[in-house]
Amino acid sequence: MTATSRAEKERRLTYAQAIREALAEEMERDPSLLLLGEDIGEPGGVFGVTQGLLQRFGEERVLDTPISEEAVIGAALGAALLGVPTVAEIMFSDFATLAMDQIVNQAAKFRYMTGGRTSAPLVIRMVTGTAGATAAQHSQSLEAWFTATPGLKVVTASTPADAKGLLKSAIRDPDPVLFFEHKLLYNSRGAVPADDYCIPLGEGRVAREGSDVTLVAYLYMLPRALKAAEMLAREGISVEVWDPRTLVPFDRDGLRRSLEKTGRLVIAQEAPRRNGFCAEIAAIAAEEFFPLLKAPIKRVCGTNTPMPYAPELEQFVIPDEERIAAGVREVLYNAVRAAPGG
Amino acid sequence: MQSLASYTPAFLKELYRKMVLIRRFEERAAELRSLGYIPGFLHPYIGQEAVAVGACAALGPHDYITSTHRGHGHILARGGDPRYMYAELFARRDGYNRAKGGSLHIANIELGIIGANGIVGGGIPIAVGAGLALKQARQIAVHHPDDPRARRADGVAVTFFGDGASNQGAFHESLNLAALWRLPVIFICENNLYGEFTPQHKHQTIRDIATRASSYAVPGLIADGNDVLDVYRVVSKAAEEARKGRGPTLVECKTYRHRGHYEGDMGQYRPAEEVAFWLEADPIKNYRRLLLAGAICTEEELQALDEAVEQELEEAVAFAKASPHPAPEEALEDVFVESYGGRALL
Repeated sequence: MTATSRAEKERRLTYAQAIREALAEEMERDPSLLLLGEDIGEPGGVFGVTQGLLQRFGEERVLDTPISEEAVIGAALGAALLGVPTVAEIMFSDFATLAMDQIVNQAAKFRYMTGGRTSAPLVIRMVTGTAGATAAQHSQSLEAWFTATPGLKVVTASTPADAKGLLKSAIRDPDPVLFFEHKLLYNSRGAVPADDYCIPLGEGRVAREGSDVTLVAYLYMLPRALKAAEMLAREGISVEVWDPRTLVPFDRDGLRRSLEKTGRLVIAQEAPRRNGFCAEIAAIAAEEFFPLLKAPIKRVCGTNTPMPYAPELEQFVIPDEERIAAGVREVLYNAVRAAPGG
Repeated sequence: MQSLASYTPAFLKELYRKMVLIRRFEERAAELRSLGYIPGFLHPYIGQEAVAVGACAALGPHDYITSTHRGHGHILARGGDPRYMYAELFARRDGYNRAKGGSLHIANIELGIIGANGIVGGGIPIAVGAGLALKQARQIAVHHPDDPRARRADGVAVTFFGDGASNQGAFHESLNLAALWRLPVIFICENNLYGEFTPQHKHQTIRDIATRASSYAVPGLIADGNDVLDVYRVVSKAAEEARKGRGPTLVECKTYRHRGHYEGDMGQYRPAEEVAFWLEADPIKNYRRLLLAGAICTEEELQALDEAVEQELEEAVAFAKASPHPAPEEALEDVFVESYGGRALL
C-alpha cells in the first residue's frame, strides 16, 4: 500500500474505539475467538470499550461473567489451552489480585511446566492507572508485577493506532499477553489506519525525534512526556521521546539506537518508584549501554504511596509534565533533584 | 457393591488392572524416591484408585480432565504412559514435560489431560474453560464440521479435587460459573477426609461436600469412592447429563489415602483405628474379592494381570533410568512459543 492510499484510509478514532475495532476485526477473522468479562456485554463495559460487540457477535461469544475474577481468568485459560483464543477483561487492573493464581501460577507457567507442549492464546485486558480521584483500589499501575513473572508478555498501548495494532498482535500471539490500557487515554484521539495491520510485540517507537535526551514513557506518561518535550523545545532542549510499547519483550535495540543519538536517559512512570519497570529500563541502560551514557540516569515516577483520593494529593503523587521536564533539565544541567518523595 | 452382570468381563478386568497399575506405580515411585531417583515431591494416590479408575472409565476420547497434586492415578487412569511419567519424575528428558514440571505438573492435552496442578483448587477454573471450549465445539460442529475442534462436540470436562479444595474460592466461583452457563463439567471431589494434615471436621462444618451443589442449583451426588463400580455408575450418570447439555454435576467420592499427605509424611495425626478401618476397605482388595466371588476371573487370571503390570512397570523404570538428563541451558527454552534467541530471557 502506498503512503497516500494508507493516509486516505486513516480516520481519527478514540483509543477506546481503536481497541473495539481491533476486537471486532479479530472476532471476524477468527470465529472461535471469545470475549469474557464483567459487564462487557449488554452494558458494553464500564468504560464503553466493548459497546455493540454483544449485539454484533452474540452472547455465545461475548460472555458477561459474574464478579469472579479467578474463575473468569481460569476459564479463559482453559479454553485457550484447548485452542480457543480468548480475551478476558479485568475491569480495573487492581482486581487482577483476585485472579493472581490463574495469571501467575497457571497461565504464565503452563507452557514452560509442560516442556513447551502446550500453548495458551490468551489476552487479559488490564484497565489500568488512575481515572482521576479513583483512589487506592481502582488506580494502580501494576505492570511491573507481571513483567517480573516469566511467561507473560506485557503490552502497554499509549496511542489509538498502537492500541489497535498491538491488540491485534496480542490476540494472534500464541502465548498469554497482558494488555495494559490506561483509563485516561480512552477518550484521546489519533489517526488509526482502517486496514488490517498488526504491530509486532517487542518494537518500540520514537514518538518524537530529538538529540539531547532520551525520554522513555508509556501509557498516560506518554502524552505528558510529549508536552514536557514541547515545553523544553522552547528552552532549546531537544528531547527524543521513546515509547517501548511492550515491556515484555522489551526492545533493547530501540533503546540503544536512541541512546546512541542522545547519550542521556530519563524514564517516566506513573507507578510508584520502588521496583517499577523504570528500574529495569535503567538497569538495562546501565549494564548494557553504559559507554553511551554522558550523564546519570534519571527516573521520574509516582511516589511510594498508595494512590490517594483528593485531586491535589493525586496530582502530587503522579508525575506531570512539569516534573518530567524538571527531570530532563536535571540530567542536562545536573540541577537540583526534581521528584518529591520517593 | 453392584451386580456384575451388566458389565463385560473385559471391562471389569480392565478396571482391576488399572487400579493395580496405579497402586504399584505409586509404591514403586516411593521406593525409587528413597533410592534417590526422584528429586522432587510425591503425593501418593494409594487408597484412592477406585475414584480415578471408575471416573475415567466413564470418559471417551474427546473428554478432558484436570488433576491435582495427587495426580498420578488420574493420569494413569486416563491413559498416561508409565514410561514417560517415571521419566518426568526422574527429571529426565523423555518425561511428559521434558523434565520441566515433575510430579505436580504432568500434562498431555492429546490424551485429554490438562494437567496435574501444584495449587489446591487451581485446576478447577481451567476445567470450566475446557467446558466452555467443549460447548463451543457444538456450535463449530454445526457451522464448520471440518474444523478439527468439531470432533469434541460431545465432550465433557472432569475436574478432580479434594475436600481441602472445596474450601477454595476457585471451587465456588467455578461451580457457579459452570452452573450459570450450563457447561459440560463434572466436579469430582475426592473426599479423603484430610486437607493436607487437617481432618475434615476441623476444616469445614459439613460432612457431605455434595450438599454444596445445592447452593448452585446443580445435582450433588455421593459415590462410594472405594467402590470402582459405584464411581463409574455415578460419573457415567453425570457425564450423560453433561453431554445432553444439562450442565454440571458435583460428585463427592468418599475415600481415604493410605499414606501421609506426601512421601515422607508419616500421617501420624490420624487415629490408628481410623487407618485400620480404611485399610480394610481397600478398593483393590475388595474388588479382587468381588471378581473372584462373581466368577469373573480365577485367582490365576488375576495373578497374570498383576504380573503383567509388574512387567510393564519394570520396563517403564528401565526406560526412565536410561533417559538422558536435560542440558542445563534447556532451562531457557519453552517460556514462550517464540524463543527470542533466549536473549530476552537472561
